[in-house]
Amino acid sequence: MKYLISLLVGMLIGATVFVLVLYYNPFVGNPSVSPLAVSKLDLVDLSYSLVSSDSIVLTNDGESHVQTHPAKVLQLWEPAVKNTRGLVTILTDGRGEPAGLGVKFSSDSERTELINSKVLVESVWHIYLPERGTFFVDQTENYWSYLRDIVVSARLNSGDNWRGSWHRITTVGPGALGTARVTGSTGDLADTQAEAVESILARAYSAITGPVAITGNLTIALPHQNESK
Amino acid sequence: MFKTFYLGIVLGIAAAAALVYLYPVVDLHRESSLIVVHANGGNSESFHIRLPGDRIMAGVSGMAESTPPGLEWPEHDFLKNVQTELFKIRNENGVVIGAASRMSGSPEQHGSFVEWALHLPARGSMFLTMAANPSADGFREGWLRAGTREFLTLQGTVLERFIRLAGDPDSDSTGRIELSAAFVGPAEEVE
Repeated sequence: MKYLISLLVGMLIGATVFVLVLYYNPFVGNPSVSPLAVSKLDLVDLSYSLVSSDSIVLTNDGESHVQTHPAKVLQLWEPAVKNTRGLVTILTDGRGEPAGLGVKFSSDSERTELINSKVLVESVWHIYLPERGTFFVDQTENYWSYLRDIVVSARLNSGDNWRGSWHRITTVGPGALGTARVTGSTGDLADTQAEAVESILARAYSAITGPVAITGNLTIALPHQNESK
Repeated sequence: MFKTFYLGIVLGIAAAAALVYLYPVVDLHRESSLIVVHANGGNSESFHIRLPGDRIMAGVSGMAESTPPGLEWPEHDFLKNVQTELFKIRNENGVVIGAASRMSGSPEQHGSFVEWALHLPARGSMFLTMAANPSADGFREGWLRAGTREFLTLQGTVLERFIRLAGDPDSDSTGRIELSAAFVGPAEEVE
């Protein structure tokens, strides 16, 4: 009997050690420096708030702790879209001035691998910038660091919240350097391809209501105006 | 007894690793793809949207009635000539398989445009650019400009059509939007 108990206790400790190593693994995580940082292309910085009430429309399956906005918006409860979120938001430029309108759809990815610290999300942006035209951005994002450093930390905190200053790149593909793919449609960038990177700057998160002070940032590396045609 | 304990630790690590590796954290629901494959290797598929039930959002400046209720559409000057809508999108059997955004407008800087972004979680996404004006018989032709995953290598055309509900001929808001896609994959060498 004592051998069985020691085996079970050992297995419990082994499983706990594995989970702790997986969770605290310092060798994984999202970078905080953009692969576009050294780009010589024109960079367009667009920001938006991840706070539900700051959005024009935010919809999900209705069971998330992040409230939909407005409250009576149609929810994505059907089985095929249950893991999908839709966001419509005003995008602001580097000076905080409204620069355009963005629609973002994101869905949990079946390529998620917890053992490799990958919590992947497939997302697309449909963007209208009056100064530039319209774009489509498709990307794969990794939310492992966001979940570990912010969401889980908030849940473990006795006050059910997290505060601090946290910045990470979430885009991990499909570009070879971990960049998103941008397809221009109208305006200056009609028929051009470009790259983009999305990042998150977090300052406060509540385990009960979701993002409190969190900003998303989409940096698009556009060809120079005379090269884009 | 200590050997058994250490063996337990190893087994615990192995079991936890196996569980994390093998357990599908995300298992998306899939509907059967209702695709018709043609002799030339192309395929066609139809998507549709029921109105007004599938409309998640209708964003346009100065609207009297908002969708969804409580929507506060920003009254920026640059949105004056632009309309943005969000929908649920269904397959031919009427089952919701994704979500879509439709942007249209006629800003002075860039001319008229009509675009769709279709997001089908289990399959991929499509970016469609449409002709600014529909044909006389009510069809608006469009092209697959970009795609992801299942649609990454495809190219082809899409026809958009609004079908009014029978018995309600005057209404512009009830009926259905139909998107009929005809795509073809890249040519492959036959050995």
